[in-house]
This record gives sequence, structure tokens and C-alpha cells, in this order.
Amino acid sequence: MTLRYLGLFAALFALIVGVGVFMGTPFTVRLLVEAFAFALIAMGLNIQWGFGGLFNFGILGMLMVGGYAVTFISYPINASFWSSEGPLYLGRTLLAAGIGAVLIFFAHRVQRFGITGKWRGAVIVLAWFVAYVIFRSQMDPAASYITSTAGWVGGLGLPVLLGWAFGGVLAGLIGYLVGKVSLGLRADYLAIATIGIAEILRAVLKNLEWLTRGTLTVSPIPWPVPNPQAYQAGGADATTSFILARGGFLAVVVVIVLIALFLIHRAYLGPWGRMMRAIRDNHIAAGSMGKDVTGRQLEIFVFGSVLMGIGGAILVSFVGIYDPSSYQPINHTFLIWVMLIVGGAGNNFGALFGGLFIYIVWMLSEPMAQALFNGLSNFSSEMGWGAIPDIESRAVQMRVFVMGLIVTIALRFAPRGLLPETISRKG
Amino acid sequence: MNDLIFFFNQAVIGGVVLGSIYALGAVGVTLIFGILRFAHFAHGDMMTMGGFIAFVLAGVVAGLGIAFPLPIGFVVLPFAMVIAAALALGIDKGFYAPLRARGAKPVTLLIASIGVTMMIQGLIRLFFGVGTYSFFDSEPKKLFRIDVPIEGVTRPISFSEPQLLLVIATIIAVVALHYFLTRSRLGKGMRAMADNPDLAKVSGINTKLVVRVTWVIAGALACLAGTMLALDVSLKPDLAFNIVLPIFAAAILGGLGHAYGAIAGGFVLGFAETLAVFNWSVLLRPFRDLLWFDIPNSLTLVQSEYKLTVAFVILVVVLLVRPTGIFKGASS
Repeated sequence: MTLRYLGLFAALFALIVGVGVFMGTPFTVRLLVEAFAFALIAMGLNIQWGFGGLFNFGILGMLMVGGYAVTFISYPINASFWSSEGPLYLGRTLLAAGIGAVLIFFAHRVQRFGITGKWRGAVIVLAWFVAYVIFRSQMDPAASYITSTAGWVGGLGLPVLLGWAFGGVLAGLIGYLVGKVSLGLRADYLAIATIGIAEILRAVLKNLEWLTRGTLTVSPIPWPVPNPQAYQAGGADATTSFILARGGFLAVVVVIVLIALFLIHRAYLGPWGRMMRAIRDNHIAAGSMGKDVTGRQLEIFVFGSVLMGIGGAILVSFVGIYDPSSYQPINHTFLIWVMLIVGGAGNNFGALFGGLFIYIVWMLSEPMAQALFNGLSNFSSEMGWGAIPDIESRAVQMRVFVMGLIVTIALRFAPRGLLPETISRKG
Repeated sequence: MNDLIFFFNQAVIGGVVLGSIYALGAVGVTLIFGILRFAHFAHGDMMTMGGFIAFVLAGVVAGLGIAFPLPIGFVVLPFAMVIAAALALGIDKGFYAPLRARGAKPVTLLIASIGVTMMIQGLIRLFFGVGTYSFFDSEPKKLFRIDVPIEGVTRPISFSEPQLLLVIATIIAVVALHYFLTRSRLGKGMRAMADNPDLAKVSGINTKLVVRVTWVIAGALACLAGTMLALDVSLKPDLAFNIVLPIFAAAILGGLGHAYGAIAGGFVLGFAETLAVFNWSVLLRPFRDLLWFDIPNSLTLVQSEYKLTVAFVILVVVLLVRPTGIFKGASS
């Protein structure tokens, strides 16, 4: 088994060196930063699916929340919003939401006043409706006021690393709510519930123009380390500045991934990890041994979501632009599932390996497909059949097909992944 | 009265059209769930694939220069459905059957269906790019306007030919499915297998054949739904990806594994979406003298950007309050 680890990671290293030789160092460093961020997200999914056996198809939502968190924390302050009446409007909206929450809270407890059964249900529905109307009556004017005067809320201008941490916290909070709502469900239902909640989050973040600027996108989002422009101002040429700046970013991300890996692996090997595996493998038996199954599953769901939020925040700061409409289920949910399945669910190193390897394959399959199509196109035009039109836009789509093929092949021939979980039976 | 007709055109016809499409998709999802016990995520892409098969066939027929009184996309539909059913069988044979033979858990099949989704999406975009196609480039889309014979009504009831065909096709499909499930030997076998696969097997029901028939029906219905949706709006590679979640919502709302429930769920969701984005102030305007408050210009329950969200909210609420659906579905 050790040989397999060494072999696979050595092969991965050789692949990265090969990419560096063929595609140039700046591209490779960029690829590695994103690959490590995705590896962190895959490790988050590994906590949820590998440790806890919880299905999460809403990864996209966590990434979006993390991305928004870092945008909000690190983007410079929008003075025209804070000097306008916008904060006042938002305060009123918050008050309305509070009133609505109190209303709903009491509606859920009307049985104390002797209202039970169908009447209680009716009261709850009515309370939700009234709360919604109260909230909308304050929210709509606030939203239109802010978009018309200040454009959007803006950021807080705080350090980027704080933003990453906040991304984790916010995603964890959302994860708590999602888990609270849907963790009682079986796997299929859980998958559909999480994907549904992620789609709601996506629609909301995309359309809340006063908060996220929606389709107008936010940029440039600052870096935690000096960016290429800073190096260029210091007199470095373009290529060197990109390598230095991205290298600095890469170092920060790698340190975060290694810390996360160390902590998760310790937790996995410890009593906590054993308990989680017991719950995953047989939750009835674990429950009868006195483990709080639902509470522990909620814990795991939140932990996984925190890592996903941090990963999403890192990706947004690195790209430097927050564009809610750029999040797609294929790129931001299914791709991570492919990473975990290919790498090996339940094994932290499998998640790390899968994240790095699949992201590199994902990024490389575009130029490779382009080269393939160019070859085919030359061949077909020589044969007199004419060239293939729009090779570039088609080649991008090829990688989706390649990923689908990889995951189906992996499920059929290596269902436990390239680095399967090792189950130790000592003691 | 004019406002009522407006309501009818916008909300009722819109709801019926959307509901029919959801119902056709949800029946396929729910049948596959009932027989094979896994949520088939690639169903939306099977719909898109069906739409593109019909589009290619329609292009071929139009190239031959044959004229029909109906839209060509609708005329070629039976052939497209046969091809789509064959492809669905092939997908099962290639990707799901080996996993089932190994005794994989339903969750593994669910992940495999994500792989299939990605493969179909990749292939469709590879061949057709990311552009939008219309069935009505070479022929006009017919509109029906029916005047209402009531005094003072100027606004006609209006709908398009594809919408009418869609509703007719849905009714035919639902009735045919009903007779198949209740009268034919195979259909009864299917229901038996949905209830208890082991018992069905020992009773001598050919379960392999039932699985094949399920894929044929699901593939054909997916093609029907995809093509009709494409005829009504337009054909895009990501057409059905946006619709696969409402379809699951409809199937769950009706109780997964319950064919009639899926149809009901589809219509409930279709109406819920159109009614939620309908501007209710239109209906209040005739009573503006009787009301004590001013009617705002826009009085929708949710803004139209959030139309798709309505289905997800209903889905989440149903999962919380009554996960077995309106009709008690198969939930093991």
C-alpha cells in the first residue's frame, strides 16, 4: 500500500513537472493554486461523504457563500453606501425580519394556547405568509434604494485571510441550516434536497444586486500576498512577476491545505473518527451504543462545509473577480464528486490526490482536445470533407465528457478509488 | 372580464403547459425510482438529447421538402422517441447494468448517473455548440386566438399550436400509461416489482424484461417532454438541466415511485410557479373602487427571477413536512 501511495504521488509530481515544461511556469503555478484549493474542497466533501456517508450535492452553494464572504470582507469600503440612507433601510429590513422570526417562533408554539392539529398548521402557514409580506415590504424598497443610489453595499476593506476565515464560518453556518433541514432524509432525498437548496442560494446571490452586484460582478478582489502588479512596480518583468506573485499565493494555500490535512487526519485516526465511521457503517448500532447520530452527522456536515467555504473563498480571491453567474453545477459540484470518487472516498490522502490530479486533467483536457480536433480537422480537410467549425468552443466542452467518462469508469473498475480507505483492525 | 381572460392566458394556460412538461418528465423519474430504486439525475439530459434527436430528424425531413399540416418537429416525434428509447436502453446496458450486477448500492448508481449526465452534456455541446436552436426557422409557429362570446370582452384566449399539441400528447401519454400499468401483464408486473422486487421475482415475473421496458418508457417520455418543451420555447443544450430539479420536486411531491402522483405533482408545481410570478394586481384592478388601499403596480408573490426557486422551496417544504409525498410513495 505504501508503494502505491509513493507511486501515485510520484506520478503526480512527474505530471506537474511535465506540465511545467510544456505549458510554462506561470500557467503551472496558477494551475497548482487552483488545484490545491479544489483539493481542500474535496477534503471537505471527504469529511461529509467519506467519514459520515452524507450525500451533499450542494457544494456549489458553499463555494458561492465562501466566495461572497471574502468579497465582503476584503473589498474596499463603498463610501457612497455608508453615507447614504442605505444602512438605515437595511436596519429596518433587519427589524422586519426579526418581527417575522418572532411571529414564526410563536406560531410554532401555539399548542401551548390550546391550538393543535390542523389549526396549528394553519396558524404556522399564516405566520410564515405574514412574516414574508412584512419582510418583502421593507426589503424591496431597501434593495431598490441601494441599487439606485450607491450601487451596492461594498466591502469592509479588512485583511484577506480574515475573509477566508469568514468564508469558512459563513459556509459552516449555512451548512448547519441545510443539515438541520435535511439530515433526517435518506441518501437520494438528501442529494435532491441539498442540490435544491444550493440552487436557491445561487438564484438569491445572483439576483441580490444590492448585496453582490449580481451579474455586474465585483473586481478586483485583493490578494493576501503582493500581486503581480506590485512586483512589476518594483521593476520585475511580466513573467517573473507572475511566477513570484502566484508562487507566494501558492505557498499560503499549500500551508492551509497541509494544516487542514494534518488536523483532519488526526481527527480521523482518533476516537472521534472511529465514532464517525461507526455511524456511517451502521447508524442503528451506533445509536444503540449511545451515540447521538443526528447531532454527530450535523457536526460532520458543518465541518465539511467550513472547508468548502474556505476553498471557495480562496478560489475567488485568486481569480480576483466574484461573478455569481459563473457558478455551474458541473464545474463546482459534480467535478468535486469526480475528484473524491477517483481519489478514494474515506481516505484524506485520496481526496488530496484526487483533487490535484482531476483538476490538472480537467484543465489539460481542453488544450489536448483542441490539439486532437485540430488534427482531425486537418485530416478531414485533406480528405476533402471540410474542416471542423468552432474548434475552440467545442474543445472546452470535451472536458465535461472526459470527466463523465472518468467517473463512470472509476465506479465500474475501481469503486473504492485509486487510494482506497484502509481499515485497520488492530486492538 | 378582460382581466380574467388575461389571467387565463397567463396563469392557467402557462400552468397547464409547464405542468404537462413536468409531469412527463416526472413520470419517467418516478418509474425508474420505483423499479431500480435510484434517483436518475441524467433524466434531464435524456430530455435534451431527445429534443436534439427530434431536431436532427426534423432537419432531415425538412431537407426532403415534404410538407405537413403539423409542425415537422411533432411529425417526426414517434421516430425520435424510438431512437431515444433505444439510447436509454444502451445507457442502462453500458453504465448502470454492470453496477447493478455487482450489487452496488443505489447511491453508487446515483453517482454514476451524474457521470452519464456529464457525458451526455459534453457530447451534445460538442456537436451542437452552446447556441439556441428553433424548430420554427423554416415554418411559422401557428397561434390560435379564440374570441370569447361575451359582451364587452375584447381580449381573445390565445395559445400556440405547440402548446395545444403538448397538452394533447400529454393526455394521450398519461391515458396510454394508465392502461399499460393497469391492464397489461407487463404493466402489472412493473407495479408488482415496484412494490416488492423479491416477491415479484419469485412469482415468475421476468424482472430483466421489466427493467428494459421501464427504460424504454422513460426514454420515450423524456424524448416527448424534451421535444415538446423545445417546440414551445427553444432548443438549448442546457435546456433540461434547469428543469431536472423541478421534475424531481414533482416526483417527490407526488411520492417517488408513484406514477399518478408524479403527474399530479407535475401539475401542482407548474401551477405553483406560474401563479407565484403572476401579477395579482391585474385581478384586483376591477375592484379598485371597493378597496380601501391603493393597488401597487406589481403584486407578485415572488419576483420573476425567482420563478425556478418556487419549485425548490416547495420541494424543501415537502421533504420536511411530508417526505413520502402527497400520495404515499415507495420509500424503503
